[in-house]
Amino acid sequence: MITIQFVFYLVGALFAAWSLLSLFDRTNPKRFGNAAFWGLIALSLIAGHLLEDFHNGLLVLALAALATFKMLGRGAPSVGEAERAAAGERHGNKLFLPILVVLLTAVLGTLLYLYTPLRETGLFEKNRETFILLCFGVLLALAVIFAWLKPPILAPLDEGRRLIDAVGWAAVLPLMLAALGLVLADTGVGKTIGTLLLTVIPEGTVLPAVIVFGVGMALLTILTGNAFAAFPVMATAIGVPLLIQGYGGDPAVVGAIGMLAGFCGTLMTPMAANFNLVPAALLELKDQNGVIKAQIGTAIPMLVVNILFIYFFAF
Amino acid sequence: MGEGALNQYLPLLGIVVVIFGFALRFNPMLVVPAAALTTGLLAGFDIEEVIGKLGKAFNDARIIIIPWVVLPVIGLLERYGLQQRARAVIGGFRAATAGRLLILYLLYRQIISAIGLHSTAGHPQTVRPLLAPMAVAAAEKQTELDEETEEKVKAYSAATDNVGLFFGEDIFFAIGSIVLIQQTLEAYDIILSPLELAVWAIPTAIAAFIIHGARLLMLDRSLARTTGDGMRRP
Repeated sequence: MITIQFVFYLVGALFAAWSLLSLFDRTNPKRFGNAAFWGLIALSLIAGHLLEDFHNGLLVLALAALATFKMLGRGAPSVGEAERAAAGERHGNKLFLPILVVLLTAVLGTLLYLYTPLRETGLFEKNRETFILLCFGVLLALAVIFAWLKPPILAPLDEGRRLIDAVGWAAVLPLMLAALGLVLADTGVGKTIGTLLLTVIPEGTVLPAVIVFGVGMALLTILTGNAFAAFPVMATAIGVPLLIQGYGGDPAVVGAIGMLAGFCGTLMTPMAANFNLVPAALLELKDQNGVIKAQIGTAIPMLVVNILFIYFFAF
Repeated sequence: MGEGALNQYLPLLGIVVVIFGFALRFNPMLVVPAAALTTGLLAGFDIEEVIGKLGKAFNDARIIIIPWVVLPVIGLLERYGLQQRARAVIGGFRAATAGRLLILYLLYRQIISAIGLHSTAGHPQTVRPLLAPMAVAAAEKQTELDEETEEKVKAYSAATDNVGLFFGEDIFFAIGSIVLIQQTLEAYDIILSPLELAVWAIPTAIAAFIIHGARLLMLDRSLARTTGDGMRRP
């Protein structure tokens, strides 16, 4: 059986390659920082299950330190803008084809596996089919590109590194926030917030509980700047014990639309700097909250809609 | 208030660390572990235990990193001009008004995000070089643009990218947030496949298109009103 560990090894090897390439990239003034950062992620993916919790924790703190002390930089792209434009002209819309290979392998592969007798072969680890097939799709697409365009052998790794360097430490921030959420849940903070919120929910009626869950997702997202940090807390406090286990709500609806209620909060908070403050600066707006102001009129009606959707679809 | 009650609320200071950390613009990569350590220590664990908890939680959530595996394909295609191709496709939509242009982009942004191509567009890639200038150019045809109105059109361009991304990406089942939902619920023995979750992002995506689309049409109407004023000028 192909398990998720296979995926971890593959993606770990990718990060290890990015780490090595960073190490020798003299165009990046902070190459040692990048090499260390991507190397630690590679270590976590390849051997995280073998390390003790404490050592994994030290790894997390090391990632945080590298990001905090601004030790990550970017190398220079190998191919210039003009050259890319000319190549795009030459290859036309066929360039979208390899992306379709990745997507169709993941989407159709998952559907084919789950809804045919293939499932009984037990080829893939349960509930991990999509990730495994996504990796196969990437390998297949790379094979197509190599056969068609014959790029230099290191080109996919180098071009991938250009993109991951552009993302920088933000690549693992969602992981950090998920970890924070789990620690908050583990130390009873979720329960405490839950008990606080539960005091305002009248017993025995579903709608007020759904409203507190949705508004709570949005508020906590506004406070933390990220729905990823809010979700585990609100799920632990209200979503799972009250909506799913208490009132028998559909967990898929509560989970999926609950997260989207949080996204309404993301549209309204300066804490979500990437989405709200960075573009204001990028577009040279005088008012740094200009983007948020343009979004509030969409965010509030969307929050109402999401709460109604949970109420009508989950119960 | 009894000591027990106080002890119960002390760990909430971790949330306070998050709020102040973000408000004072510290690096989130510093704020987040600091908040986790604060909460853990105040909940009565020793430092080694808290670091262990952080490590275990990080390790258990590693699957969130997996979608980055597509970067070599995207990066390689960009080397051969994928972005320029994508721009040419968007550039083909020559709409007459700022609002209609933004509605087309909203649809485009939702669709590419829904099929996992969310990182092929964004504020640096599409909004600054393409969308904002095109929207401003379209608005100039509708009205005599003053500075305030131009700022508004630019802000709406960035806002439209965010709305399209947020209410499109969760339809793609291999995205981080879907995985986070799956992982969180799995801790309670609620086992869901990513596809089961992703389909429930569709109704919200449609609602977002209708609501934000309506606001973009209202933007057009407000631009048309300013034109009326402009016409009266000599």
